[in-house]
Amino acid sequence: MQLMNERRARLWLSAVGCLLSASAVGGVLPEDRADVLYHRYDGGGVVIDGPSLLVRKKFADKVSVAANYYVDMVSSASIDVVSTASPYKEERTQYSVTADYLRGKSTYSAGYISSSESDYEAKTWYAGVSQDMFGDLTTISFSFKRGNNDIFRNIGGGKDPTFKRASDQRSYAVGLTQVLTRSLIGTANFEVISDEGYLNSPYRSVRYFDPSSPNGYSYQGEVYPNTRTSNAASVKLSYFLPWRASLTGWYRFYTDSWGVNAHTGEFTYTHPMRDRWTFSGSLRYYRQDAADFYADLFPRRDYANFLARDKELSTFTALTFGLGASYDFRIARLPWVSKAQANVRYDFMTIDYDDFHDVRASALVPGTEPLYKLDANIYQLFLSIWF
Amino acid sequence: MGFAQPLARRLLVALAATAALSACAPLEPWVKPYERENLADPIMAFDRYPVSTAYLDHVFEAREGARGATGSAGGGCGCN
Repeated sequence: MQLMNERRARLWLSAVGCLLSASAVGGVLPEDRADVLYHRYDGGGVVIDGPSLLVRKKFADKVSVAANYYVDMVSSASIDVVSTASPYKEERTQYSVTADYLRGKSTYSAGYISSSESDYEAKTWYAGVSQDMFGDLTTISFSFKRGNNDIFRNIGGGKDPTFKRASDQRSYAVGLTQVLTRSLIGTANFEVISDEGYLNSPYRSVRYFDPSSPNGYSYQGEVYPNTRTSNAASVKLSYFLPWRASLTGWYRFYTDSWGVNAHTGEFTYTHPMRDRWTFSGSLRYYRQDAADFYADLFPRRDYANFLARDKELSTFTALTFGLGASYDFRIARLPWVSKAQANVRYDFMTIDYDDFHDVRASALVPGTEPLYKLDANIYQLFLSIWF
Repeated sequence: MGFAQPLARRLLVALAATAALSACAPLEPWVKPYERENLADPIMAFDRYPVSTAYLDHVFEAREGARGATGSAGGGCGCN
């Protein structure tokens, strides 16, 4: 049986950020470029890899159009899968297209994203506007996004014909980008996201004390609320250092109606060398509290109206270390390519869960198993050209 | 008491007039266009590698409860 514990279906919206980020900079359309990326995530018994292709082109210096093709090939034998289901393979394909229209100091954007996998279909449209003001020192932006998702359940290699659910998502975002000094720029963003509909996984289970079971516990399906509203606010500052390098700091506070509160902080240092090379290093910290209805082990069956044992809703701390290198070059045989760039990036992510126990280890008393820990290696290899 | 109230009213009027007049003054950009060489350097771009940034956002969102306000309009997704 397949299990959607990797929450892979929620990934598609963030992937489209590469298309829509242009809207954060009003007054100037992004450059014409093409990127091809190979990505690989390997951690916790899960391997996800695949390509991403992005092409962006301007027309008459008024309109910029971008298209992205993205694939996740998932091979999962994660702790959730081996606890209550069987390893599986899955593929998710995403297509997205967006257009930016520049008029004076304003940029209007619209986009459409489609994501498809065997048990999840998602469609989203997006609209936004950004405006430069105060001598182009300030840019403000607003955006609205709406998504419709259809959720299915796979059983025995095919879709369960009796199971189909839906969910709806709306997002409202505002942003402010401000030139602060000749070497310092900052941006602040605030986003409200509300969901309604079927928000849990049709596969995931919670466990509860069951003295009649040989190992002292049993499983039942999880039950989530039908609504969720979240607020996230972030600030990012980027400073140009005197020896031509940059230091960027980012902080985000997050809170939602499920009781999850989170803090995210990240520093990135970027250092060019010998004209063609650029190196970067980053450190990211993430900490969250558990959802109100999360428990690793419930006292009994049907203990509460809402029940979750999704480790992404538990209390945990994550640290990610990243290193990247890029090399600029020209392709003599392709005169229409003004610049080319080869990139490689490696990230190591480690997550320590405070209240999610590793049930693969046996314990005399349920709930005293060792805590779960996840280490993951993340690789990216990509080529960019400007034309 | 009778003196304090008119004084407070006058102060309020003076403050309101000052605020109104200052709002009419044009705001001078304190960083001129020709002073933005450092900010225009590619290493200062918030999103220098768009496909890579989007992918990493994707990796984090799948494993964390938080979502949104990532600085790009695409951040956040509530589907599970």
